[in-house]
Amino acid sequence: MDRKVRVLVAKPGLDGHDRGAKIIARALRDSGYEVIYTGIRQTPDMIAEAALQEDVDVVGLSILSGAHMALVPRVIEKLKELGMEDVVVLVGGIIPDEDVQTLLDMGVAGVFGPGTLTSEIVETIENALGRQPA
Amino acid sequence: MTNTDLTTVGGLTQALEAGNRRALARVISHIENNTDLALPLLAALYPRSGKAHIIGVTGAPGTGKSTLVNQLAGVYRQRNLTVGVIAIDPTSPFSGGALLGDRVRMRDLAGDPGVFIRSMATRGSLGGLAQATADVIMVLDAAGFDRIIIETVGVGQSEVEIASAAYTTLVVEAPGMGDEVQAIKAGILEIADIFAVNKADREGVDRTVMALKMMLNLGVPEKFQVMHHGRMLPVNLPETENLPQGWTPPVLKTVAISGEGAEELTEAIENHRLYLEQSGGRILRDRLRAATELRMIMRDYLLETLLARTDAAVLEEMVEAVARREIDPYTAVRHLVNEKAV
Repeated sequence: MDRKVRVLVAKPGLDGHDRGAKIIARALRDSGYEVIYTGIRQTPDMIAEAALQEDVDVVGLSILSGAHMALVPRVIEKLKELGMEDVVVLVGGIIPDEDVQTLLDMGVAGVFGPGTLTSEIVETIENALGRQPA
Repeated sequence: MTNTDLTTVGGLTQALEAGNRRALARVISHIENNTDLALPLLAALYPRSGKAHIIGVTGAPGTGKSTLVNQLAGVYRQRNLTVGVIAIDPTSPFSGGALLGDRVRMRDLAGDPGVFIRSMATRGSLGGLAQATADVIMVLDAAGFDRIIIETVGVGQSEVEIASAAYTTLVVEAPGMGDEVQAIKAGILEIADIFAVNKADREGVDRTVMALKMMLNLGVPEKFQVMHHGRMLPVNLPETENLPQGWTPPVLKTVAISGEGAEELTEAIENHRLYLEQSGGRILRDRLRAATELRMIMRDYLLETLLARTDAAVLEEMVEAVARREIDPYTAVRHLVNEKAV
């Protein structure tokens, strides 16, 4: 068995600043994951459908626009609709402290701000997937 | 969603047949990960496959393959044909991870239920990649997609192997991506059924087109005779034995980013498909592919079987002996095989 963890990295919403998302995508690749990068301006529908087709274990959402409280629940809802409720959802970007708990309560497995170490993200992923961190 | 059981071979194949995209995605994962369900799934789906036209798209990195695939799939969708896309990117040899970014260029296809895109990493499997790709193609075929487009990494021998899984191989070039000698080295002249010179709005496109055409004419010398000052005249010669009529790869100009030439390119692919069907080339390719596939699977299976029943300690001893130059590797293998074959 050559099971590989597959991660979708997407930028929902309208802001076009994808440097952070690309850096995370690369860092996760260097941690041994298969990262599917979908680029900017993705709708929740597009993200959920891509997650389904690629059969990913993790969906990472990069949001800098401040629209996370609108976008994240819609992505989670779409994933559920498609039968992908097991997928680990992570959020990265500029997220105010007061929103973090709300996002976690929605089912997000981790929220990461600027300066997060890759190892933290990897640990969250491995824990959420019930694997031993490498 | 329905409460279809997507954990069994029966449930998965049934759902896949009913057009369940989640089932399709799961089946592909089973095959990629080589799980216990992989073989039974392949066996169940194989009889359903064989209808799709399979198109391989290859070419150096940066020539615009993904964008062109996006356009081709778009044209096929306008013609009411469904499209499965397999986009292959390399696995990092250092981390074992991969960054699969072809979807960025295929966003026009998002949300269309007639399109299914799957990104695949090479996973560093020697030769195994070609087999895994062939298996995933088969699954998309069985799922009922009319056209299947495989976009390859763009370098090396594995391209040629993957191309052998396609009926029509499209080689994408771009102006200024290297001279014609590079094309010869890469062996793409032999595998191409169609050339697309992409980024045709750039300088040097005519030179690239001309260079390719010249090279192609060298490859099929019976069709042209070089006259004074390089002027070439077509010559009618008797047909070659196997192929009823030769197919000379057309060289087409495209601008993938605007969609220019995509219609003509699709037309060329469809012409090639008809040519293969009418000339019997498709049957020929199917046989060749089956032969190659069987040999590859036999090789892997034999290796596995042999390794499984070879005593690890004995194997280790042989490795040491070869490393110490006490025995040559060929004789060592004969010892290992014969000893265990009795």
